[in-house]
Amino acid sequence: MFEKALVGSRRYWLWILGLCVVIATGGICYLWQLRDGMGITGMSRDVTWGFYIAQFTFLVGVAASAVMVVLPYYLHNYKAFGRMTVLGEFLAVAACSMCLLFVLVDIGTPYRAINMLLHPTPNSILFWDAVVLNGYLLINATITRVSLVAERKGEHPPAWIKPIIYLSIPWAVSIHTVTAFLYCGLGARPFWFTAILAPRFLASAFASGPSFLILLIMVLRKFTRFDPGKEPIGKLAQIVTYGMLINLFFVALELFTAFYSGMPEHMIHFQYLFVGIGEHKELVPWMWASMTLAVVAVLMLLSPKVRGDYKLLTIACVLVFVSIWIDKGMGMVVGGFSPSTLGTITDYLPTVPEVLVSLAIYAVGFLMITVFYKIALSVRDEVA
Amino acid sequence: MYDAGKIVVGLAVLVGVTAFPVWYGLARGTTYRVQLEAPPNGATECVLPVKDGTMRAEHMHMLDQWRNEVVREGVRNKVVVSGREWDKSLTKTCLGCHTNKAAFCDRCHDAAAVKPSCWDCHVVPEGGQ
Amino acid sequence: MQGGRRSFLKMAGGTALAAGALPGMTSCAQQAVAHGTGKRLAMVVDLQVCSQHGDCTECAKACHLAHNVPSFPKGEGALEPNVKYDEIKWIWKEDFEHAFPTEENHYLPARVTARQLPVLCNHCDNPPCVRVCPTKATFKRESDGIVMMDWHRCIGCRYCVVACPYGSRSFNWWNPRPYIAKINPQFPTRMKGVVEKCTFCEERIARNQKPACVEACPHGAMVFGDLNQEGSDVRMRLTSGFSIRRKPELGTQPEVYYLV
Repeated sequence: MFEKALVGSRRYWLWILGLCVVIATGGICYLWQLRDGMGITGMSRDVTWGFYIAQFTFLVGVAASAVMVVLPYYLHNYKAFGRMTVLGEFLAVAACSMCLLFVLVDIGTPYRAINMLLHPTPNSILFWDAVVLNGYLLINATITRVSLVAERKGEHPPAWIKPIIYLSIPWAVSIHTVTAFLYCGLGARPFWFTAILAPRFLASAFASGPSFLILLIMVLRKFTRFDPGKEPIGKLAQIVTYGMLINLFFVALELFTAFYSGMPEHMIHFQYLFVGIGEHKELVPWMWASMTLAVVAVLMLLSPKVRGDYKLLTIACVLVFVSIWIDKGMGMVVGGFSPSTLGTITDYLPTVPEVLVSLAIYAVGFLMITVFYKIALSVRDEVA
Repeated sequence: MYDAGKIVVGLAVLVGVTAFPVWYGLARGTTYRVQLEAPPNGATECVLPVKDGTMRAEHMHMLDQWRNEVVREGVRNKVVVSGREWDKSLTKTCLGCHTNKAAFCDRCHDAAAVKPSCWDCHVVPEGGQ
Repeated sequence: MQGGRRSFLKMAGGTALAAGALPGMTSCAQQAVAHGTGKRLAMVVDLQVCSQHGDCTECAKACHLAHNVPSFPKGEGALEPNVKYDEIKWIWKEDFEHAFPTEENHYLPARVTARQLPVLCNHCDNPPCVRVCPTKATFKRESDGIVMMDWHRCIGCRYCVVACPYGSRSFNWWNPRPYIAKINPQFPTRMKGVVEKCTFCEERIARNQKPACVEACPHGAMVFGDLNQEGSDVRMRLTSGFSIRRKPELGTQPEVYYLV
C-alpha cells in the first residue's frame, strides 16, 4: 500500500521535500553530536536532561490521541469515531516513533543501546518505558496495517485484531503512567516527587493528543476531501476541554500543596519557573505564556459555540498544544533541575544543533503522518 | 517460475560478487599475512597458548571474561602461567609486555578492519601510539 | 456490547494490578542488604580538622590525578568544552549550605559553615542511582558495599545523574583525553558518552591501599575502613563524636559521615 504515498500533487511533493531537507540538516547535526559528544547541546552537569527528553515526555502524551478515539468507539460503541480510529492510531505510531528517536539522540553511547536488551533490569523504570513504548508502537502499527488491508479488500478485519485493539487501551494508560514513573519516584528531585505527576501526565495527554488530532483533521479538511463531520470533531473538542480543565485543576492542587506547606524544596522550583531566582529568570516568560494560553484556551473551549466554530476551535487547539508543550516539556523537565540537588542554579537553553536535531525528528514524525494519512485516505477513496 | 533464466543468472552474479573475498583468497592460496612483532621485553609466553592460535582466536573473549570478573564481581585472582602470576588486566598484563600498539595490536586489527573500542579508555603505553 | 465491556474491564483491571505489582516486588527484592555479611566500607570526614584548612584541596587533586579526571577551561560558549557546563568531578570542596541544603539552622557556628568541606559519592546502602540504571552499569557490590561503575556497559542515559540526590555523578559531554593534564597510564580514562563517579578507589583497596583522597589528606581529616569490623578506625571515630550525613531523610543510607 506504500505505493499510494508515491502519488501526489505538486504541493504534496514540495511538502515532502521540505521535510526531507529539515531531516537532512538535523541528521548532519546529529553526526556532529556523535563525533564531538553531547557537549554541543546546552545540557550541563546539573541540567542533565534537556530539550530532547522534554520533547520525549511531551510526545508520549500526544500518543494518547489513539486511545481517546479507540476507547469510545470500541468500548462504548460511539459510532461517530468510526472513520477516525485509524487516524488516531497512525498519529500514535508517529508520536511513539518520535519518542523513541528523542531517547536515542539523548543517549551518550547509542551503539550500546542494545545493552538495555542484553541486560534487562526490571527495577529500572527506563527499562519498562522502553518496553511499553515499543509495545505501543507495535500494537498500533499492527492494528493500522490490518485495518487498512481489510478496508481495502472491503472486508471486516480478522477477529484476532479485536483483543489487540482492546489491549491498546490499558497499554496507552501505561505509557503515560510509566513515563511519569520515570520522574515521580525520585526522592532526589522534589519538584517531580508527587503522586499527582502521573494523573497530570494523563490529563495533559488527553488534552494535547486529541487537540493535535483535531488540528490534523482541519488540515485534511483543507487539502483533501476527508471530513469526518461535526459530531466527532465536537466530541474530540469536548474531550480536550475536560482534559485541560482537569490538568489546570491538578496544577492548582500542586501549587496549594507546595505553598501552603511552605516547604522550601517544593516551593523553590515553582519560584524559579514563575518568578525567577536572583538573576535566573529565563523560563519566567515561557511559563506565564503557557498559563495564559491554557486559561484562554479553556475559557474558549467552555463555550459550545466556539467548539462548533472550526476557526475558533483551531485557534483553541493550537493554544492548548503550545501551552502543554511548554508546561510538560521545558517547564517540567528543566524546572526539575533548577535548583540542583545542591541548591545551585545552572541556566539551560538548547543550542542550535540541539534544536535542529529536534526539528529533524519532528520532521520524521510529520513525514510518517503525511505518508500514513495519504495511504489511509487513498485506500478510502479507492474503496468508495 | 517466470523469467527463470534471468533470475538464476542474476542470483549467480550476486553470490559471486558478494563471495568474492572468499573465493579470490582461496584461489590465491592465502588471505593475508600479518607480521606481529614480539614484545620488546623479550617475553616468549603469553597467558594463553600462542602457537596453536588460541590467543589470537580467544583474546577478545578472555578480555571480556577478565572484565566481568574484575570490574563486575571484584574478583582479582591472578592468572598463573608457568609458575608466574599475572593480573587480569589489559593495561598491566597485556600492555605491560606489548607496549607498542602499532607494531602489535594494530597489525591484525587494521588488516581485519576491526576497530575495538578499548583504546578510547585504556591508555596505550608511552611511545606506543 | 454490555457484557463484553464489563468482562474487558475486569480483565484489564486484573492485568494492570498484576503488571503494576511485578516491578514493585522485584525492586523490593533487589534492595541492597545493608550491613550484612562481608565488608561495609565507609568514610568519616572530621570537619573540625578539615575546616581549619579552608584552602586545602589535596584530596580532590590526588583523586583527579590518579583517576585521569579531565579539567575543562573556563569559557563562555555552550558549543565548546566549558567548565561551567561540562565539569567532571569525583570529589570536591563544597559550601556547607550546598552540601547540606536541608540544614536550615541559620545559627550554626562559623567553624562549621564558613569553610568548604569535601563531598563525594556516598556509596549509599540504598542507592537510587543503582535502582534506576537500565543496564546495571552502576551496581552495588555486596562484598564490600561499594557502588561500582562498569564503564564498558554504560550507555550514557544519565538517569543515574538525575536520580542521585547528592550531585556526585558527572557525564562525559566531550572526549576527556585532551583535557587531562597528566595521564596516569595505570588507570583507564573514560570516553565521551559515559557517566563517571568516585568508586572508593576499589582498585587501590584491592591492593590493600587506602583511597587516594584519604592518603593525600595532609591533616588526617579523612578516615576510611570497614564498618562491619569491630574496633576499626571508622567505627571508633563514629562513636567518638556526633556525625551527620547528607540528606538522611531520603532513606539512601549514605556511608560518608561528617563529624561536626
